Amino acid sequence: MSATDLDLTRPAASRAAVMWRRFRRNRAAVLGLVIFAAVALAALLAGVITPGDPLRLAGQPLTPPLTVAASPFGTDQLGRDILAGILHGARISLLIGVVATVISIAIGILIGAVAGYFGGWIDDVLMRITEAFQTIPSFVLLLTLVAIFGSSLTSIVIGIGVVSWTAPARMVRAEFMTLRQREFVDAARNLGVGNASIIFREILPNALPPVIVFASVVMATSILMESALAFLGLGDANFASWGNMIGQGRAVLREAAFCTVIPGVAILLTVLSFSLMGEGLNDALNPRQKK
Amino acid sequence: MPSILVYLLRRILQAVPVILLIMVGSFLLIQLAPGDAVDALVGDMGGADAAFVERMRQEYGLDQSVLVQLWRYLVKLAQFDFGWSYVYEQPVATVLMSRLWVTMLLMVGALSAAFVIGVALGTLAARRAYSLTDNVISTLGLIFYAMPSFLLALLMILVFSVKLGWLPVSGIKDIGAFHTGWRLWVDIARHLVMPVAALSLIYMAFYMRLMRTSVLEVMDLDFVRTAKAKGAGGRRLMFHHVMRNALMPVITLLGLQISTVLGGSVVIETIFALPGVGQLAYTSVIKRDLNTLMGIIFLASIIVLVVNIVTDMIYAWLDPRIELQ
Repeated sequence: MSATDLDLTRPAASRAAVMWRRFRRNRAAVLGLVIFAAVALAALLAGVITPGDPLRLAGQPLTPPLTVAASPFGTDQLGRDILAGILHGARISLLIGVVATVISIAIGILIGAVAGYFGGWIDDVLMRITEAFQTIPSFVLLLTLVAIFGSSLTSIVIGIGVVSWTAPARMVRAEFMTLRQREFVDAARNLGVGNASIIFREILPNALPPVIVFASVVMATSILMESALAFLGLGDANFASWGNMIGQGRAVLREAAFCTVIPGVAILLTVLSFSLMGEGLNDALNPRQKK
Repeated sequence: MPSILVYLLRRILQAVPVILLIMVGSFLLIQLAPGDAVDALVGDMGGADAAFVERMRQEYGLDQSVLVQLWRYLVKLAQFDFGWSYVYEQPVATVLMSRLWVTMLLMVGALSAAFVIGVALGTLAARRAYSLTDNVISTLGLIFYAMPSFLLALLMILVFSVKLGWLPVSGIKDIGAFHTGWRLWVDIARHLVMPVAALSLIYMAFYMRLMRTSVLEVMDLDFVRTAKAKGAGGRRLMFHHVMRNALMPVITLLGLQISTVLGGSVVIETIFALPGVGQLAYTSVIKRDLNTLMGIIFLASIIVLVVNIVTDMIYAWLDPRIELQ
């Protein structure tokens, strides 16, 4: 309590500090941040802790965990080190999560902003397109895109982005529809500010908070989609991927369940960290919203 | 009620441009794909001479302009003619129809299980908000939400099939048993237990969390206080006043998620070797059977649109404040 009282006497704290304080109050969100930091660290240090190609032969096939010092998580049926797969797989998962989320949020902002700002027939057309994308099951569309454009890392990332922009677009549109009627927008327009400038400089910053919170959901689903693709054997075979490890582990499920369980726990924790952080972000960015 | 019919008609008319966009979009996707149907066919035959390829192109109308091809494609799709599956050597529509029932059983089973259990647990958690029960339920919800369905499926196979030997690992029925009548249905149900559970868990987690927040919100509203003041308590208050209102957002979400559930069935049907539309999508990707994939997209879209319209009707029926307009 006394700490908060002290804060009140201080000159206005910076916005980031205020947001961090609100975020920190949510203990689950802090746990999420810790898990996420661990995953990010694993991704960064993958080359240091387990140097070399994670897909190479590293020891006897199907070494159980905690038996050989060189492979603490054991090895799979092809003798690949599971720890190396987990660490290098963290890179792929995070990379795909971040890039696909950026792509989907960017498309969502563009479509939602234009539809919400201009309204009328532009809104009608863009919303029908959004509905069409929402109607097609996104995973089936993703499979189709992979069937057509191949399963390189690039086409998977773009594919995931292309199938997940509809929800952010609807959010941005709703925000724009209320914000465009506000006085500060009229004021900007009367000063002769152009449409593009009003959209991106005046309205967008005010419309962003819910979208940023939602980005954590998009990140989680992107990672899940990539791992499902890789599990089905449709991922990029040149990179270690958690989903692919589980898919391969399936063949030895009976005798070596650890090949499936260890990468499974990695996916679970990573996705969990994003949902936990999302709630904290919500507290930090939308403090007035009731829980 | 004529107003319901008018509303229904209007919703169907609204769905038309969406369907048209999906049809045009899938045509464009096929155009983007390298090679065309004749290339695929010729590739399958192991090569053919140029004159034959030319004649085939004419026969399939592939020598026409793109717009003519688009028009022909749309007319065919509107008649539920999705073309020929080169993998199954049958019309795509026939292949789809023979597999639809499996996916429907899986989806209806998963969504009903998710809805009933999710709503029950969510209500329970809200009634005992911030207690140990609530914490356990909410934590489980978070974990289920983050659990990939294929991981859950494999873990269940490990426990219930490999270790305990209770449930069959794959297929929709025992091939050699030739069950009939109710025995056949019991057999099918046994084969569906694990797929349904694996597919439903994440949605259960969604509905649980949403129901919890929704019940807490509704319990704060004035009319609940009035009902309490007038002596309604316990079960009657919960079922008649609170739950009925708290269900609304859950039903909205349920309608919106049909499309994701269909997507999720691809992974689940592939793992459990269920001969449904989802597994068909997977094999079609592996074999690059684009006609079949487009058929699946079209069929899935129709299902999603129909379910959305039905959910809207249920919604309006549950909440008399909503005017059907």
